[in-house]
Amino acid sequence: MEGKTIKFGKNLVTTRESLAPGHNFCAGCGEALALRLALKALGENVIIANATGCIEICTSPLPYTSWRLPWMHTLFENTAAEISGVEAGLNILMKKGKIPQRDIKCIAIAGDGGTSDIGIQALSGAFERRHNFLYLCFDNEAYMNTGIQRSSATPYGASTTTAPAGKFSIGQITEKKNMVAIAVAHDIPYAATACHSYPFDLMNKVKKGAGIKGPAYIHILSCCPTGWRYPSNLTIEVGRLAVETGIFPLYEVDDGQYKLSIARPKLKPVEEYLKLQGRFRHLSDEEIKKIQGKTDRKYAKLRAKVAASAA
Amino acid sequence: MSKRVALEASFAVAEAARMADVDVTAAYPITPQTHIPERLAEMVADGELDAAYIPVESEHSAMSACLGAAAVGARTFTATAGQGLELMHEVVYVASSMRYPIVMAVCNRALSAPLSVWGDHSDAMAVRDTGWIQVFCQNNQEAFDLTLWAFRVGEDPKVLFPVMVHLDGFTLSHVTEPVILPEQSEVDRFLPKFQYLFALNPDKPMTHGAFGPPEIYSEAKIAQEVAFRKSKEIILQGWNEFGNIFGRHYFPVEQYRTAGAKTLLLTMGSSTETAKIVIDERRDKGEAIGLISLRLWRPFPFEEFRQIVKGAETLIVLDRCISSGMGGPVFSEVRSALYNEVPKPKVVNIIGGLGGRDISENDFEYVIDRSREIAKQGSEKMLETVGVRGKMIGIRG
Repeated sequence: MEGKTIKFGKNLVTTRESLAPGHNFCAGCGEALALRLALKALGENVIIANATGCIEICTSPLPYTSWRLPWMHTLFENTAAEISGVEAGLNILMKKGKIPQRDIKCIAIAGDGGTSDIGIQALSGAFERRHNFLYLCFDNEAYMNTGIQRSSATPYGASTTTAPAGKFSIGQITEKKNMVAIAVAHDIPYAATACHSYPFDLMNKVKKGAGIKGPAYIHILSCCPTGWRYPSNLTIEVGRLAVETGIFPLYEVDDGQYKLSIARPKLKPVEEYLKLQGRFRHLSDEEIKKIQGKTDRKYAKLRAKVAASAA
Repeated sequence: MSKRVALEASFAVAEAARMADVDVTAAYPITPQTHIPERLAEMVADGELDAAYIPVESEHSAMSACLGAAAVGARTFTATAGQGLELMHEVVYVASSMRYPIVMAVCNRALSAPLSVWGDHSDAMAVRDTGWIQVFCQNNQEAFDLTLWAFRVGEDPKVLFPVMVHLDGFTLSHVTEPVILPEQSEVDRFLPKFQYLFALNPDKPMTHGAFGPPEIYSEAKIAQEVAFRKSKEIILQGWNEFGNIFGRHYFPVEQYRTAGAKTLLLTMGSSTETAKIVIDERRDKGEAIGLISLRLWRPFPFEEFRQIVKGAETLIVLDRCISSGMGGPVFSEVRSALYNEVPKPKVVNIIGGLGGRDISENDFEYVIDRSREIAKQGSEKMLETVGVRGKMIGIRG
């Protein structure tokens, strides 16, 4: 499966597809696109551990598989622990001369539920133990695989099946958990955010994260037409608006130093992002104003961290 | 030359793992298992064992890390007890279904509530259906021997199942006894290097753990079950070879003075050795009584068991666990194994030794006498216990 490389400016992108066609992702799935791009960046010398979730379920119905890479899946909450075992196993087998010495990148893949809810303990443990692995969180902001139930990554105001908007509720009443900040709090050498709508930025970060010695974390916003209720041809646009409105800023945290990947002089109003999506359809002007205020404050906080890092 | 040393059972288990040259241990501390991972961590720190010791943050992650290590072809070991085994429960199932030959020592412990760190078989019985090969130890020598044997059997390409070695919390795990340790060369002769045919490797991409839609799940599970039952052949072969090399012989159902016995007592684990004292006394007085012990719990040794109890009139089963609303789990299985047999003994169930309660010689005297009464009366109370202050809770007379 050797792929040719095509030049895009300074980026080299392989035509090799590690994710085989024929998978079961929904039309317009941002996660599938983000995964495909990430795998292009990773190359072939990898072993992947995948949590239960959309990616797992859409790529591995026995006896088929979409994986042209060594891949394992066992459970929902244990992926970081599993990749810890893979990494420790490879290292000791190489040290003892039982397998040839080579650089195999250990990759963990999970969704927002598998990361920020049920899998957070295992992830914290793996960060703390300093395993050499890259963790990719594909965040579609709810339990999409089981039918759009809220997670701790669901944003304020979104309607989901377990936090539905109704006469007495606006849907999600809590703020999206800041997983990157949690990862950074473990003093890991590299953390970043990315989105499929910025493919080269995503691929560069994945490449960089995979090359880091020690734990690395990339939080990838993965737009979901099914769960967010927008037409499937708008996935790229919705992802771009998430970044352009400051709702999901793209940045890196390199050894604790924050750096914006895309710094916009002026953010677009959040309304442009919210109004495209059915999950926010019920929000009043007042609520949208509230979200605007919160977004501005969070973005200012991030800018302050960036400024402090540069100082 | 092998040597005879005084060794705690937990250290004997760790020593077996060392002599097996394990590659990866992932473990989380829990009483009464702690001495096993402590000793292994010490061996790694001192360079006595070239292995990765992963100090995980929970038992769930301990078994999960073991899955990852086994998936790349590492010889993998862990140990736990009681609540720890319960916390890793769902991962325990995965190890067997994915055919990763992990070896796990379980220092059997009661389950909360009330909180108890002391021994019984509740944790073991809760994982009886998980698809692991499971054996019970009676003493420290067996803890060493069966741990070593577990690698050999589990890793056999015809088996590829994980193996659980049960040893009673405290009454074995923390007891020091003489143990004969073999030469490394003997161990190497018994235990070949682990060569896992399906190791994850970028040169030959493989998918481990695809999900099973209804069209294929049944076939996958039945294929697993067929392979699991077939593993018995290698289990026996492993013990046979163990006997040839080390001179100690193991059987799926162990017998003690069973010749011509009309009454048989069935125990599992360390209480078997106490029971032997009582059996000796009674035998010497001329009673036709013998003792059997289930060494192999899974796969259940139907054939051997039926053969051995065939001639007995009464079979007394001592359970160190309650299946609520049902009775002793070992009793239920044993009686079901005999249901279609002709002739078959009357099977009597006594429950005792819960949460670290000692089962003394006197208790065994009571168990035997009371069981004979029950067998004679032919009636069966729902709950017969030993060593419980029954009047206090109103369950007896």
